[in-house]
Amino acid sequence: MTGTTRHTLSVLVENKPGVLQRVSGLFARRGFNIDSLAVGPTEDPNLSRMTIVVHAENTPLEQISKQLHKLVNIIKIQDLDPADMVDRELVLFKVNAPAAVRAELIELANIFRARIIDVGRNSLTIEATGTTDKLQAMEDLLRGYGIRELARTGKIALARGSKENG
Amino acid sequence: MTMNGAEALVGALEEEGVDVMFGYPGGVVLPIYDAIMDSKQLDHILVRHEQGATHAADGYARVTGRPGVVLVTSGPGATNTVTGIANAHMDSIPMVVFTGQVATHVIGTDAFQESDITGITLPITKHNYLVKDVRELPEVVKEAFHVATTGRPGPVLVDLPVDVAKGAIDFRYPEQVNLPGYRPTYKGHAKQVKQAADLLMRAKKPLLYAGGGVLSSGAWKELKELAELMQLPVTTTMMGKGAFPEEHHLYIGMPGMHGAKYTNYAITETDLLFAVGVRFDDRVTGKLASFATKSKVVHIDIDPAEIGKNRPVDVPIVGDAKHVLGAVVDELRKRSAEPRTEKWMRVIDDWRDRFPLHYPEGEGDEVMPEHVVERINALTRDRDTVIATEVGQNQMWACQYYRLQNPRRWASSGGLGTMGFGLPAAIGAQAGLKDSLVVDIAGDGSFQMVSQELATARVHDLPVKVVILNNGYLGMVRQWQELFYDRRYSQSVLGQDVPDFVKLAEAYDCLGLRVTSPEQLDGALTAAFEHEGPAVVDCRVTREENVFPMVAPGGSIDEMLGGIPGGPVSEMLDDELLEEVWE
Ligand SMILES: Cc1ncc(C[n+]2csc(CCOP(=O)(O)OP(=O)(O)O)c2C)c(N)n1
Ligand SMILES: [Mg+2]
Repeated sequence: MTGTTRHTLSVLVENKPGVLQRVSGLFARRGFNIDSLAVGPTEDPNLSRMTIVVHAENTPLEQISKQLHKLVNIIKIQDLDPADMVDRELVLFKVNAPAAVRAELIELANIFRARIIDVGRNSLTIEATGTTDKLQAMEDLLRGYGIRELARTGKIALARGSKENG
Repeated sequence: MTMNGAEALVGALEEEGVDVMFGYPGGVVLPIYDAIMDSKQLDHILVRHEQGATHAADGYARVTGRPGVVLVTSGPGATNTVTGIANAHMDSIPMVVFTGQVATHVIGTDAFQESDITGITLPITKHNYLVKDVRELPEVVKEAFHVATTGRPGPVLVDLPVDVAKGAIDFRYPEQVNLPGYRPTYKGHAKQVKQAADLLMRAKKPLLYAGGGVLSSGAWKELKELAELMQLPVTTTMMGKGAFPEEHHLYIGMPGMHGAKYTNYAITETDLLFAVGVRFDDRVTGKLASFATKSKVVHIDIDPAEIGKNRPVDVPIVGDAKHVLGAVVDELRKRSAEPRTEKWMRVIDDWRDRFPLHYPEGEGDEVMPEHVVERINALTRDRDTVIATEVGQNQMWACQYYRLQNPRRWASSGGLGTMGFGLPAAIGAQAGLKDSLVVDIAGDGSFQMVSQELATARVHDLPVKVVILNNGYLGMVRQWQELFYDRRYSQSVLGQDVPDFVKLAEAYDCLGLRVTSPEQLDGALTAAFEHEGPAVVDCRVTREENVFPMVAPGGSIDEMLGGIPGGPVSEMLDDELLEEVWE
């Protein structure tokens, strides 16, 4: 990862068929790996917001944003400033939970403000939201208990309120 | 008015002013083919392969400046257009391709002749559409033409399921498009325009580097004004050929891999590269790290993504070449700017005298391919002539030795380098310019990729002339094998005799002529050009001639193989003239 930094792109797109394919195809074609991509509707039903996390140097990133801008269905692209954005991700962990460690796991979930959303005979499923770093820390801890399955939404983000332009 | 989707499509095409389309029918487009029969405005040219339809539409667009229009069926009809679409995409040619599609309710079921053509062409179109409801059709067609022809032009594909073509619609063509995410910038930023003018007034060794963008924007008049006002030498890329008259004293040739030495020396020495509608392609720049290193760069382009892509820029100007060049000229006039390139031009002229393009004289009956191009040039220079080319040595010799005097009279595959482009492109050009002479300078290999289109030319009375520089080789491949692979001619040998191009021409009821010695050349070319129908001239040229000079792949452009001996530009700086300018 030398020389590259993590960028969070917030991309407002028209809600048209194939948009996701256009965007992801462009990254692949131009040699970028997407770390995560999350997409969903916005306050305007005609628009969706994609939050794309990529590792890239600044010059190639500028090139890819310019290329993205050229896609007819793309309305706006922001390279969010890490110091000036709010971001969240949601993770579901299914963790080994024999009776002996259950209490411990529940406590751990509480510390992370996570919730237990399913209880199996030998497992617990924990739902956690937070920044990527917090979730990573939690994952590292849970690994010791044995993570059976894991699903992450990918990051979503918005510029902070002070960044609003109208 | 209530009609079906196919009739609405024809109505929309008429509204767009389309006069001719290139295509090939099949099952799912039958409703559309039925509808076009009743149009008084729309002509349809039936090609012999769908790739030909896209190249023809491309050639039509290059010479008329209007979008080329294609209609083909689903599945194989659609996939056959892929090369032509990719070609137009690489060269920023406006084109709208209509493909038939299986009915909406069977899409996704691997129905007969179904192919995901919007998926396939996603990376090679400017934009594409799958129309799922006939009510969207007028709006989609309007958008397709708008997107194809505005900003940086390019191909747009519209996929039309058969039930959409048959569906009923109350047709009204929209007047405007609603594309919130698509707003090309036309006007250059005033501050940047001033900065560009500042640099031009200060430069001692400026150079205009103009490309296809000048042609698509229609900016050749402004380019000439600027060049003449400041007495700037001009180099045009292969895509920009014709943007500046080549017999003009300020014209200094094509840059790059097969550019003249003097052109590449000038680029290497310039202190201001004024780039318009170009993309610093690797065939132009060679090794980027040593390209125009002494120079500041002004880059004008309507596509912001091109600016700074390959080469950092001092003054970026996003905008339409015509607007921006016009603004720069106005700014310079306002300041009563004076040219100061007299010495610089003398340096370039000196290089031009010492390192002209040059080829060996043939021995005995040998026909030199460069000579053929020179004779085509001489015999056509007083007529309105379009030159199309194939790809390979033939194309490079056409670039070097055909001295194009007019804009939009050139159709050659640039970015994709598509063999088999020339003949169908010539046919399309001829369909757009009925009164012009259209000549395809061809290679024997390339021509065989599309020779069936002679039938199209003959049947539609499009009297294109194909002049084959028949060397019996995939000549450019052979040249690289000679130079870089120890003369091991792996799979590049075609032989000159099969097929017999004269008989082939005759089979298509075209004029076929053969040239085997220089004395026959003018007679055959003249006969072909005077012939009322299409003609093929099989010029048996000397077989192992190379295109020189040449920058080795990845090399610096001032270090060229072949041509008149002359080292890198640093060694060419010994004369007094240079020192004066260099101070
Ligand atoms: C469709 C396609 N296939 C392969 C190539 C690679 N290629 C570039 S030049 C060339 C040889 C062209 O031969 P010919 O048309 O006889 O032209 P010449 O170089 O002999 O003038 C080839 C095979 C290409 N450009 N396009
Ligand atoms: Mg050949």
